[in-house]
Order: sequence, then structure tokens, then C-alpha cells
Amino acid sequence: MNLSPDQIIFWQMSFVKLNATIVFTWVVMMLLVIGSLLITRKLSKDMQRSRWQNLLEVVVITISKQIEEVGLSNPHKYLGFLGSLFLFIATSAICTVIPGFEPPTGSLSSTVALALCVFVAVPMFGIEKQGFRGYLASYTKPTVIMLPFNLISEVSRTLALAVRLFGNMMSGVMILGILLSITPFLFPIVMTLLGLLTGMVQAYIFFILATVYIAAATRVQQPERELAQDGSATTEKQDTKMGSQQ
Amino acid sequence: MLIDWFTVFAQVINFLVLVWLLKRFLYRPILDSIDAREKRIAAEIADTKAKRIEAELQREEFQQKNADFEQQKTTRINKLKDETEAERVRLLEAVRLESQGLRKKLQLALKNEQLNLQVAISQRAREEIFSIARKVLGDLAGTSLEASMTDIFIRRLNTLNDEEIASLQSAISPAINAAAQPLLIRTAFALPTPQCSLIETAIKKILGHDIPIQFSIEPDVISGIELSIKGQKISWSINEYISSLAKRVDELLLSPMDIEQADDTHSTTKTDSHEASA
Repeated sequence: MNLSPDQIIFWQMSFVKLNATIVFTWVVMMLLVIGSLLITRKLSKDMQRSRWQNLLEVVVITISKQIEEVGLSNPHKYLGFLGSLFLFIATSAICTVIPGFEPPTGSLSSTVALALCVFVAVPMFGIEKQGFRGYLASYTKPTVIMLPFNLISEVSRTLALAVRLFGNMMSGVMILGILLSITPFLFPIVMTLLGLLTGMVQAYIFFILATVYIAAATRVQQPERELAQDGSATTEKQDTKMGSQQ
Repeated sequence: MLIDWFTVFAQVINFLVLVWLLKRFLYRPILDSIDAREKRIAAEIADTKAKRIEAELQREEFQQKNADFEQQKTTRINKLKDETEAERVRLLEAVRLESQGLRKKLQLALKNEQLNLQVAISQRAREEIFSIARKVLGDLAGTSLEASMTDIFIRRLNTLNDEEIASLQSAISPAINAAAQPLLIRTAFALPTPQCSLIETAIKKILGHDIPIQFSIEPDVISGIELSIKGQKISWSINEYISSLAKRVDELLLSPMDIEQADDTHSTTKTDSHEASA
């Protein structure tokens, strides 16, 4: 049994290889892009619209509202990055019901890649909002002594993002594999349903944590102390929520 | 090792491509369509609001117009009522006057008719009485009516009192002196000669002297004898009886007419009082 779809290699030339992770990522990407293309090809701007357009509108608006609720005042700006994160992870989780499909999020390489994207995106959005110096200065808050801890926190939360998603997705697939070999038929179905739920929850957690990090990095209007308190409180809250869900 | 760095790199690229593709094919079109719809809804709401305000204004305007119209209508109706009432009163007055005129005309016509009738009745009565008397006298005594009439006339001459004789004489004397105008005896019929001489004798006896006497026939003097000279007149004729008869007939004819007249007067007064109350 493979722990990761990385280990299923279809083609390789020196270090360049085409493994299941990349292939299934492309499958998910194609699903999303072609689906969007087909639906948005004939969009209606009237009151009457197709069911598929309605579904996409509901999805986009819900994501947008979630971003806004976390505290980002201009959700459309972050919708591209954060929405894509959620849709990619959620679609990967949903596709696990297809026999033979290996979720790309079950690969630590994928989750690390996504976490790295968040790791880079947070300071990018922060610098864009606060300026380079302003953003760097936020690492020394509330005191300079906190600088190393802030840096460690930055790295560790990225690692946590990657490992959390990988662990959950991989475990789901693993449990399914093990149960299939022990008790076929009934348990695998139940576990697949559980896996779907876990996958959706993980997609939501990954998306909401990324949103919170970006929100924390882009808040400048509030007083510093309040900002720090708010930021830590929100993070703690989200972490607690995540922990209880796990 | 679970992390394959090439895969990590490839996935980063894949993810960035996915972000770009979704932005291009999903978020932008969907958000654009939502924005367009929201704008359209907002525009429609604004348009509806504007239309509602306009409708309110128009409604108020129409209400005002309706009120004005109602007021004008009431005023005009009242005016028309007044005018109609005035016209009615005027027409009634005109009709009343006209009817009064007509009634007067009718009364006049009736009166004329009555008079004509009276004349006709008296004429006829005279003729009838004359013929009846003639016949009765002829049948009863074998005497002619003329003879009887002459007798009565002579008797009357004889019964004249002194004053009457004196006035007659005074009337004759200047006449004899001045123009020797004869005494005129008018009858409705030709008197037989014996009767003429009897009358002459009687006159001579009364006056005491001769006087020329002229006999003339006048159909007006129906069945009678009339002596006339210079305004003095002695006569006997059936006319007296006829006048009395005519008077009685008139009384008989007038009595129902009087009642009618009285009724008419009463009804006219009633109508006037009714109009006054209206």
C-alpha cells in the first residue's frame, strides 16, 4: 500500500516525473475549469438563470461572505486565491468517491505546496496593504523580543497547515483501504461518507485559516494592542475549532 | 521521504495556474453577472420608486381635479336648478295669464252667444205669442187680433191721466204751429179702416181738436200700436209681455252661468294660492 500518490509514478526522466499527484491534480483542475467554462459560457444577467449558474453563484457568494465575515473588507480581491484553495481541496475530497481516484491532497507534497502558497501569499497581501516596513514591523509586535517567536509561529503554522490536511486526507484513504481488506461492502461505504465529511471540513479549515492569516497580516486600521489581541484571539479560536473537529 | 520537492514545485505551479484559470473563467464572469443583475435590480427599484412618486403626484393631481370637477358640477347643477325654477315660475305665470285671457274671451263669447240667444228667443216668442193670441182670439170670440188690439189701445188712451194728456197736448201744439207735423201711429200690420177711424175718433176726443194722423207699418212694432210725436209716446204691444218673458228666461239662463262664473273665480284663486305656496 502506498502512503502517498507521489509513489505512483507514470513517467520519469531524471528528477522530472509524472506521478499520480500531478495527474490527479490536473484531473481536478480540468474538472473545475471545464465545468466553470461550460456554465459561464452562457451566463444570464436577467432574473431567469440556469440551475448550474445558480449553484456557482451560491458557491462564489458563500465563499465571498465567509471571507468578509472573517474580517477582510474587500473579499473580491482575495476571492481568487482563497476560493481556489477551498474549491481545489473540496473537489479533491468529493472525488474520492470515484473508484481509483487518488486525492492529490493525500500527498504531503501537495499540501506542502498549498501551505507554501499561503506562506508566500500572507506577507504579499500584508506588504501590499501595510507597506514593506510596516509589515516587517508587525513581527516585532508587541515587543522586539517576540520577533523569533513570531518567525517560528510563521513557519510552524505553515507546517501545521500542510501536515493537518495531509494527515486527514491520507488517513481517510488509508482507513478505507484497510477496511476494504477486512470488511467489504458496509463499512467502506460508511467510511467513505465519513471521509467526504472530513474532506469538506478540512477544505473549510484550510480555507478559513488561510483567510485568518491574511486578515491578521492586512489589518492596519485598528490600534496595535487591539489588533494583536484580536489576531491572537481569532487564531486561537480557529485552532480550537479545528482541534475539536479533528 | 514523503515530500517530493519536484512534486511540490509542480503543485505550486499547478495551483497558481488553477488560481489564474478560475479567476478568468469562474469568479470574474460570475461576479460580473451578479453585479450586472444587482445594478439592474437597483435601477429597477429606483425606476419603480420614481414611478411611484410620479404616480402619487398624478393621483393627487387627479384627486384635486376630481374635487374641482365635483364642485363645479354642484355649482352648475344648483345654478341650473335655480334657472329652471325661475323659468318654470315664468312659464306658469305666462300660462296663467294666457288662460285668464282665454277664459275672459270665452266668457265674452258666451255672453255674446247668450245675448244672441236672448234676442232670438224674444223674437221667436213674440212671433209665437202673436200667432197664438191671434188664433185663440179668433177661435174664442170671433174677433180679430187687430180689433182687440185697437180696443185695448183706445182703452189706454181713455185711461190717460190729466198730466199725461197735458204733456201730450203741449207736445202737439208747437208741432201744429210750426210744421203741421202729423201724429204718427205705427203698427206692425195694416190696420183695417174701421179701427183707424176708431183711433182717430179717440184721439180727437182726448185732444179736443183735429189733428192729421199718419198710419205707418213698422215690422219692429211687433203686434202692437204706438203713438208718437215729438218725444211723446203712447203705446201698447206684446213687447211688454215679451220683455217680461225674456227677463224671466234670462234669469233662468243666467242662474247656472252665475254658478259657473263663481266656480271659475274660486278655482283661479285656489291656483294662485297654490303657486304662491310652491
